[in-house]
Amino acid sequence: MTTLAWKNLFYDKVRLAVTLTGIVFALILIIVQFGLFLGFLDTTANVVVRSGVDLWLTAPGVPHVNGAAAFPEKRRYKALAVEGVDRVERFALQFAQWKLPTGSQESVQVTGFDLDGGMGGPWNIIAGSVEALRGDDTIIVDQLYLEKLGVKGLGDSIEINQRRARIVGLTQGIRSFTTSPYVYTSFKNSQNYTLLKEDETYFLLVKARPGVDLQKLKADLKAAIPDVDVFTNDEMRSLTQSYWLFTTGAGVTTLMGAVLGLLVGIVVVAQTIYSATVDHIREFGTLKAMGARNSYIYRIIIEQALISATMGYSLALVAGWFVAKSSETGNAAILLPPEMAVGLFFLALAMCIMASVISIRKATSIDPAMVFKS
Amino acid sequence: MQPLIELRNVTKTYGTGDSAVHALRATDLTVRAGEILLMCGPSGSGKTTLLSIMGAILSATSGSVKLLGQEIVGIKESRLPDIRLSNIGFIFQGFNLFPALTALENVEVALTLKGLSKSAARKRAQELLEQVGLADRMKHHPADLSGGQKQRVAIARALAGDPKIILADEPTAALDSQSGQLVMETLSTLARDRGRAVVIVTHDSRVLHYGTRMVHIADGRLEEQAHGVQQSNQIEHEGVTA
Repeated sequence: MTTLAWKNLFYDKVRLAVTLTGIVFALILIIVQFGLFLGFLDTTANVVVRSGVDLWLTAPGVPHVNGAAAFPEKRRYKALAVEGVDRVERFALQFAQWKLPTGSQESVQVTGFDLDGGMGGPWNIIAGSVEALRGDDTIIVDQLYLEKLGVKGLGDSIEINQRRARIVGLTQGIRSFTTSPYVYTSFKNSQNYTLLKEDETYFLLVKARPGVDLQKLKADLKAAIPDVDVFTNDEMRSLTQSYWLFTTGAGVTTLMGAVLGLLVGIVVVAQTIYSATVDHIREFGTLKAMGARNSYIYRIIIEQALISATMGYSLALVAGWFVAKSSETGNAAILLPPEMAVGLFFLALAMCIMASVISIRKATSIDPAMVFKS
Repeated sequence: MQPLIELRNVTKTYGTGDSAVHALRATDLTVRAGEILLMCGPSGSGKTTLLSIMGAILSATSGSVKLLGQEIVGIKESRLPDIRLSNIGFIFQGFNLFPALTALENVEVALTLKGLSKSAARKRAQELLEQVGLADRMKHHPADLSGGQKQRVAIARALAGDPKIILADEPTAALDSQSGQLVMETLSTLARDRGRAVVIVTHDSRVLHYGTRMVHIADGRLEEQAHGVQQSNQIEHEGVTA
């Protein structure tokens, strides 16, 4: 049986190529569309996900991480007094104007964090260091945006909100979902760049002591400081992702693209496997006439589908990896995390088996007289 | 000789009511071991339907169908594959070989269906192909064989289950005279020397003299034909009751 399934597939190389092309195309479509969607989710909330924060304190009514409002810094001391809190750091994330060498301006998001604690700081630093931010008017930007920001790299100086800023570090892959790149600096510098008052902050970032129940700590903080909102890191991520996903055209488009990519992928794979099976319908009819049980034919069809799925998946994964890799230097992130790769394998198997089941119905309901026709 | 196929008052109707099509009307037929029964008739006359019913791949609407004495009308559909596997070998006009498999593998498939191990199936398949004169073509794919060679592979495959009944649909239609003759002689040998019942649907006048008996079907009705086939006085004429 293995011989028949295997040889059926490999005998006609052109048909095999067409089958695999269909499956690979469908899976690449799913990889790209879902990769874009995952990239979108990651980009919208990367500063939250990688912040290392347990709880976020914000001014009341803040809708997401990019929509902060200033509130008195002295809330920090109230927070520190709450049982279970290990430390509390100030954090700024606010839009500002970056002056290009040409004289025009670009919007950026100034991200000011506590250099001693480090919560909310940059990651993937490829040049310079966070320590360099201890100097006045120093910033770290991502190399993806150097051209957009009109600079070449370390040492370049520009103006943010008419205040001097010097690049002392570069990161790789810290994308911004908006058109405004993140610019990392110390919280102290960010107060200057964002025109934040000395006794104000945009966020207070809380690190809990090890083993503390975050939901209880959240409730305790809310009770102790009623005039702030408290979010867990996961809630802040969810708020931010949901905001950009559902309130912007880009978010809805990306989501729809992922859903459509999945549907189109399923249809293409189903059609491909169905056609490949129906091409052998006469052979299945002959097997039935010879006395093969339906289960024997099912196994051949499913085996063919599994072989096709595995081969198609392997090729699509290699192609998808290259697509994801090449997107690292582009503006749109296409992510292919291991979980997605594994999920895609099972999806490919499921799609091929489902398509086989449809084909099986066709194969086992063959008009018996068909085998007698030339 | 022992009757291997017995049809009594068999009908086959497709559809119901005004749109019903009576493909076969009250048909009686007996085919015995050693017989070569030729079936003729125009397209759409019911030949294929009758062959399918005799081959247990199509159920009769009514009547009785016995293969080797076993009634198959009304039995569970799931039992039919075993009946086909054990008792019937099919030969098709279009050969119906598996193009991806070699001649040897084509025969092996039928043997593995019977439950033979891979090595036993290979040994037996080689013997069968040698019997039909294809010892030197075992590793060839159907695309590399002539029409006559393909049909002989199909015969070897049909014999794989050592069936008592061989049902052949236009086995010589796609063959030249020489190949057709070789195929018919092989089938004759099976009937004459090995006691198989061979039923052949044919339009080919070149094969008529191989038959021991001939029936004609028209509009689902069966008629016995008197013709110059081999004399076989032992063949009982069951007639037609339509």
